[in-house]
Amino acid sequence: MMIPELGHIFLVIGFALSLLLAVVPLVGLRMQDAQLTQTGPLFATLLFAVTLLSFLCLTYAFLTDDFSVLYVANNSNSQLPYYYKITAVWGGHEGSFLLWLLILSGWTVAFSWLSDHLPADYRARILAVLGWVSIGFYLFITILSSPFERTLPYFPVDGADLNPLLQDPGMIIHPPLLYMGYVGFAVVFAFAMAALMTGRLDASWAKWSRPWTLAAWAFLTLGITIGSWWAYNELGWGGWWFWDPVENASFMPWLVGTALLHSLAVTDQRGAFKAWTVLLAISAFSLSLLGTFLVRSGVIVSVHAFATDPGRGLFILVLLALVIGISLTYFAARADNLRHTTKFHFLSREVALWLNNVFFSAATLIVLLGTLMPLFYKESGLGTISIGEPFFNEMFTYLVVPFAILLGIGPLMRWKKNGISKKTAMLLLVAVASVVLSYAWLLLRGQGIEGLALLGVSLAVWVFALTGFQLFRFFQQTGSLVKIKRSHWAMLVGHFGFAAAVLGISMTMNYSDERDVRMLVGDVVNIQGIDLKLNAVRDLNGPNYSGLVADITAIQGNAKYSILAEKRFYKARGMIMTEAGVHANLARDVYVALGEQLDSGSWVLRIYYKPLIRWIWLGGILIALAGFIAILDPRYRRWKVKSRATVSTVEAEHATP
Amino acid sequence: MSPRRKQRLAVIILILMGVSSAIGLVMFSLKENMDFFFTPSEVHQGKKDGGMKPKIGQRIRIGGMVVEGSVSRDPETLKVSFDLIDTGPMVKVIYEGSLPDLFREGQGIIALGVLKDGYVLEAQEVLAKHDENYMPPEVAEAVKGIKHVKPSKQVYIP
Repeated sequence: MMIPELGHIFLVIGFALSLLLAVVPLVGLRMQDAQLTQTGPLFATLLFAVTLLSFLCLTYAFLTDDFSVLYVANNSNSQLPYYYKITAVWGGHEGSFLLWLLILSGWTVAFSWLSDHLPADYRARILAVLGWVSIGFYLFITILSSPFERTLPYFPVDGADLNPLLQDPGMIIHPPLLYMGYVGFAVVFAFAMAALMTGRLDASWAKWSRPWTLAAWAFLTLGITIGSWWAYNELGWGGWWFWDPVENASFMPWLVGTALLHSLAVTDQRGAFKAWTVLLAISAFSLSLLGTFLVRSGVIVSVHAFATDPGRGLFILVLLALVIGISLTYFAARADNLRHTTKFHFLSREVALWLNNVFFSAATLIVLLGTLMPLFYKESGLGTISIGEPFFNEMFTYLVVPFAILLGIGPLMRWKKNGISKKTAMLLLVAVASVVLSYAWLLLRGQGIEGLALLGVSLAVWVFALTGFQLFRFFQQTGSLVKIKRSHWAMLVGHFGFAAAVLGISMTMNYSDERDVRMLVGDVVNIQGIDLKLNAVRDLNGPNYSGLVADITAIQGNAKYSILAEKRFYKARGMIMTEAGVHANLARDVYVALGEQLDSGSWVLRIYYKPLIRWIWLGGILIALAGFIAILDPRYRRWKVKSRATVSTVEAEHATP
Repeated sequence: MSPRRKQRLAVIILILMGVSSAIGLVMFSLKENMDFFFTPSEVHQGKKDGGMKPKIGQRIRIGGMVVEGSVSRDPETLKVSFDLIDTGPMVKVIYEGSLPDLFREGQGIIALGVLKDGYVLEAQEVLAKHDENYMPPEVAEAVKGIKHVKPSKQVYIP
């Protein structure tokens, strides 16, 4: 039984390979040795292979219940179903970091295979940057956080079990998707760094890095959306976003990533915003690292935080400082060359996209401030504080109003010139119609008119209407829905998704009905016209838990359905978990969580009515989908043929300084 | 100044005013929503070094252990009250609603709410972490040396 040791050895080999990846291509460039320069893909492939093997070793240890491995003993149990044994591989700090490495090497190898159209030196530099990033992480895992540590000679008979919070289908896919996003920004970062090194910061780097940015961002969007859905189902509070430091840690790279996507579009198409785009690419990855630091160092207390270890925190902090320090130094040294002289009108699309970036940057700063403020207070001895949700909610309300108005108008603007002034009448009409329609709809719904809800719904209708108008115009231009460019479709779908999310958020936040009630078996409670009857509270028996299940019948008009709200007791950890019962449709969720039993024999139940909450996640999925559609744009596939031509001109330009 | 320059100056002043009022707004809201953490004895005596003491009507977070035998439920409603303690005097918490799964006597919890007269906290939220042996880190700090295992230092014992 040497499999775990083998896994560790693979990681050490991985460290050696990342060293080679970081150094050899650069040496090749320096010595002008084409063979050495092109070794990047080979090392990348090997690196991925050993990481995968190591990952499989750990998975094997989980599947065979090898509790002599400390990490397995802490995160698994012989009673755990096999699928949760597999997902338990990333259920704790060490294993999730291995998954992180697997994904990093996966992105690296994907890049090395899909980049033969790039100029050889540029490709070599990108791979080398990824190699340098890998060095840090492989060093970290082999020295400070190996998942293969043994408990020999005295090992436990059974494991401590996977944290029950993580025993949920949402948790199977949430971390991998999130990491795909986080780590994907490493590729974008490498693009930016390589561009800075070569000084080749023209439109082509923007075009080449765009599909990678899109991919990372789309995965991150999906990961955040699924995380929100998981929290809603699993935490039993019926909330979908808590402004928890760990959530914020994933939200910041997303905000910057979204700004980056829009800024890349300008750099790609107009050659403007070059320096700013590079800065965003650096920030996106730095914020991903900051997130890693916050989650794994334990400096911030959070629902999600991993078991803490100051040594690990320090290591990541040093890594973070190195990445930010080196990249910003490079940036400062080269940014002078990035002045652009493109001119555009005050009411052009460039300005709209610039404002988009202003909003996203402001949002990032606000989240950063709210997340780091408690840390700042604690470290400077000013006391322990927490920043309440109202701060974030208030700030985002201020930001989203002008932003949504802009989002409606922006795509209708033209590059360089003022093309929007003549549409003023139409825009005013749409604005008035949005408010009137929203008012009428809210009145018809019969839950009264809330000012903020009216505002939010009007903004959603406004964005929806103007994006619909865009679709209509594209249809007019091409004569068929199929002929509309994929990148245009992506924009439309993404903006529709934003409208859907705004609609869902404003409705849920203003019209949710939340009640804690006490019920005896047989009692009926009415919430928003829905009768909920508690039929029985029965015993529950799962593979590794026991518990109680409340059997509830919901009656709405003629429709009748059953809701099961569970309370599970996980034996191995002695933890109690709430598994909410939800009946969902696009109009509303009815959410029931079973609380404790009172002395009188009655039960405490949380009953929530959440209007249109599904639209939030629907919006998230649409936004992620937009990213994937954009990658499929033939523009990026045609590179191979096209880019050869551009490459030769670029090289020609460089040859004649 | 030429009209063009005047215009430019006006724009710059406008932007500066906009930015500074935005920053002011953010700072104000941040201050409003900052919830300080206290242990029950700090509510009575103030913090050790700075001596900061919460005011009546201030929204704060209190972390402590639920005193055995202090939990009392109203038989008709969902009102509940209990005492929190760390190393010194206690604070009474009143709350209405469903308590978290891991709420138990002797368990470490955090309550967020408004401080009332007579060392009473009217809680809007009661949190118990999903961990059997959880103790709020700040409380762990306060009761250091009495008898506790820091959650992070927990070792698996077969």
